[in-house]
Amino acid sequence: MDKREKDIENLKDYKYGFTTDIENIRAPKGLNEEVIKFISNIKKEPKWMLDFRLKAFERFKLLKEPNWQKPKYPKIDYQDLYYYSAPKSMKDKPKSLDELDPKLLETYKKLGIPLQEQARLNGIAVDAVFDSVSVATTFKGELTKHGIIFCSMSEAIQKHPDLVKKYLGTVIPITDHFFATLNSAVFTDGSFVYIPEGVKCPMELSTYFRINASETGQFERTLIIADKGSYVSYLEGCTAPMRDENQLHAANVELIALDDAEIKYSTVQNWYPGDENGKGGIYNFVTKRGLCKGKNSKISWTQVETGSAITWKYPSCILKGDNSIGEFYSIAITNNHQKADTGTKMIHLGKNTKSKIISKGISAGFSDMTYRGLVDINSKAKNSSNYTQCDSLLMGNKCGAHTVPYIRNKNFDSNIAHEATTSKISEEQLHYCQQRGLNPEEAVGLIVNGFCKEVLQQLPMEFAVEAQKLVGISLEGSVG
Amino acid sequence: MKDQLKTDFEKIIKISDFSKKDIEYKKDHLNKFIKSGFPNKKQENWKFLDLNQIIQKNIGELSFYNDYSITNKVDTSIFIDGLEHNKIIFINGRIEKIDFGYEDKNQIEIYDDIKMADKLDNENSLIDLNNAFRNKCYKILVKKGYVTKKPLIVYHLTNEKMKSKSINLRLDFELEQNSSLKLVDFFNDTADKNFMNMFCNFELRKDSILKNYKIDKSLNKNLKYSFNNINQDKNSISEIFIFSAGSDYLKNDINCNLNGEYSSAFINGIFSLKEGQQHEIRSKINHLVKNTKSYQLIKSVLGKNSKAAYQGRIYVDSKAQKTDGYQLSKAILLDETSEFNAKPELEIYADDVKCSHGSASGSLNENSIFYLMSRGLNYKQSKELLINGFMLDVVEKITDTEIKNLIKNMIGLKE
Repeated sequence: MDKREKDIENLKDYKYGFTTDIENIRAPKGLNEEVIKFISNIKKEPKWMLDFRLKAFERFKLLKEPNWQKPKYPKIDYQDLYYYSAPKSMKDKPKSLDELDPKLLETYKKLGIPLQEQARLNGIAVDAVFDSVSVATTFKGELTKHGIIFCSMSEAIQKHPDLVKKYLGTVIPITDHFFATLNSAVFTDGSFVYIPEGVKCPMELSTYFRINASETGQFERTLIIADKGSYVSYLEGCTAPMRDENQLHAANVELIALDDAEIKYSTVQNWYPGDENGKGGIYNFVTKRGLCKGKNSKISWTQVETGSAITWKYPSCILKGDNSIGEFYSIAITNNHQKADTGTKMIHLGKNTKSKIISKGISAGFSDMTYRGLVDINSKAKNSSNYTQCDSLLMGNKCGAHTVPYIRNKNFDSNIAHEATTSKISEEQLHYCQQRGLNPEEAVGLIVNGFCKEVLQQLPMEFAVEAQKLVGISLEGSVG
Repeated sequence: MKDQLKTDFEKIIKISDFSKKDIEYKKDHLNKFIKSGFPNKKQENWKFLDLNQIIQKNIGELSFYNDYSITNKVDTSIFIDGLEHNKIIFINGRIEKIDFGYEDKNQIEIYDDIKMADKLDNENSLIDLNNAFRNKCYKILVKKGYVTKKPLIVYHLTNEKMKSKSINLRLDFELEQNSSLKLVDFFNDTADKNFMNMFCNFELRKDSILKNYKIDKSLNKNLKYSFNNINQDKNSISEIFIFSAGSDYLKNDINCNLNGEYSSAFINGIFSLKEGQQHEIRSKINHLVKNTKSYQLIKSVLGKNSKAAYQGRIYVDSKAQKTDGYQLSKAILLDETSEFNAKPELEIYADDVKCSHGSASGSLNENSIFYLMSRGLNYKQSKELLINGFMLDVVEKITDTEIKNLIKNMIGLKE
């Protein structure tokens, strides 16, 4: 085996497939009021929070699991999951990074994101989530100086109850759909960000997620509030260890932008996609929704989805404030037996609202990819406009690419334009690249990166590099 | 509604001469319909316009009883002038006349006792309703190599006798190898508030050509559902043009299976809606083999309180390499109360395909109006000119010049 073959062999296997052995505290298996009380209790939550959870749970009992989506999955037994697990060392909260469990730090090192180093060198504050509880939050000092609150959700509930109480559940109400309501009832932890009036966040805020303990559904809850005239860019990156059993991940992410505020939310998702035969892998059923509450506000979603056995998410924008802007840039790559049903919803309520959707889907192997989007222009949303472009690239005839856009225009003043194409990499393009000395894999990598460029450009620098590598790795072995 | 359905069904069985087998068949479908009822917005295909609600609101209580034994007088004044044509005349869902006077007698066969066996494995309850309540089902066969000399116009007429009734009818066509048929569906109603449920099945053999023009122009208060199922063999062509403007509610549902290589399907449509109208076109084109082609162009002009929906779906099987599929829908919203919904869908399992769709909606371009007004037209004229130009685009797609001119005259488009 020469070096190149070896490299490919290495890449084929999931790069981040390893598990750390840390004893877990677990809630008893199953879903009932006791478990919810247990979670609330262990996190020392105030009563209003417990009530919020219980109310959501009441509602959850009435809801049915949706089944309209394209990727079907085996029935999940919600009573057979653990809804809470935390690394044991969390009992006594570490004061600084040095106090962290060395094993935990080792895990991040393997991922290529040594916490201290990255924090120091890149100027990024990292709120690392290990399983379900935030472990460390760095760069607090710098942020506190600007009055920025960047902490774990549980901490925010303790320290900033007014803000949490005011905004939690306003974008994704507890009466929302099945998975969002489930999350409201049992969410464990996540990030909380508050940018005060007029502050431009001096650094990119970032969270690295990891799913660790097996059979643990991870229920993140993230809440980002950008007060008047502020700006924040938030990065979310995900990797998960190799597992055979399917793991459910149903996170809720709420963004709120007040007058003149801007939130940029970027995701690189590389969870375990299952092996070549489609066994195992993460179910990524995430609810992400942003509310442009104030005038001239802007929310921009950028996502690179390469992992997970099933990705099912629609980061959405509710454009309520006049002149608000919503953007959605997405690359979704599916290989082997992965399935993705992703897209966005742009709901125009305010006057002069604008939205832009750029979606690039690439499917290879036996995978299935669906873009599903909604553009809804309300009758009061005068002079608003939308532009949508969704392109799909197919590699091989065992995979599928689908486009299901819903377009509702109730306003005669508004313009909607939608375009979609489906194609494959042409022989000429490949030939041209190979003629100039690239091997087929490199040629495909180059063409695909060109195809995705519009979206990759939107990512912050550090992410763009990682994302570009990911695109390459994800499609490894799908050519020829 | 359940009791109404049952008693009306019994009444019809009593006065008709269906065979035992047919009655069994009808009963099965009746039961299936009773179970599912009229489609509502919970079903994906009816998401935008909820038929159940529309029937409740516009008609209320429907009666399903039709006495097909009574003949109706044919009013010849509504016949289309200036075009020699063959006729099939439906009045209140009953066939009054089939006249192929312009064609060779032995080249066209008409059957009235086709076997009531649908291979259609459908989830569409309206087809069950149709199967249960329609009268005789005629089949028209165009023989091998025969090109019809004149177009066939199917008149769908109603008269005052009808009120709050459900009318079900069905026509089947088979075009044998290398044959061709031009078919115009023409709607004209004097009755109001009925629900018409039409089902046409087309079998296109090798090298055959079907051109179907559906014209719903005169204003009326009826609700209509038209379902076309088309099966196409090798090298066959189907062309459908829809002018959707007259009825309060009209849904054109087209399912087209491209079973043979080099077959192609074209669907072009215009919505021109006024106060309170709700129209929809839903198409599903199934590309099942290599080298097939489909093209769809839908344009809408929407007035006050009107609502149009276009659901187009292109399905490409993994065997169907080299597919060429195209969809475009454009809409002009004239009033703040008008609404346009689109769902142009692609479902693709083959990699060597060229599929694209586009959708755009908005208001009339103020700059264009300004341009025309600066050249002496008044606001109304400029608006009309722009709208006519917008619609003309679709009419120009009609490949038959005679019918193209007829349609242009009918809807008042000038070049």
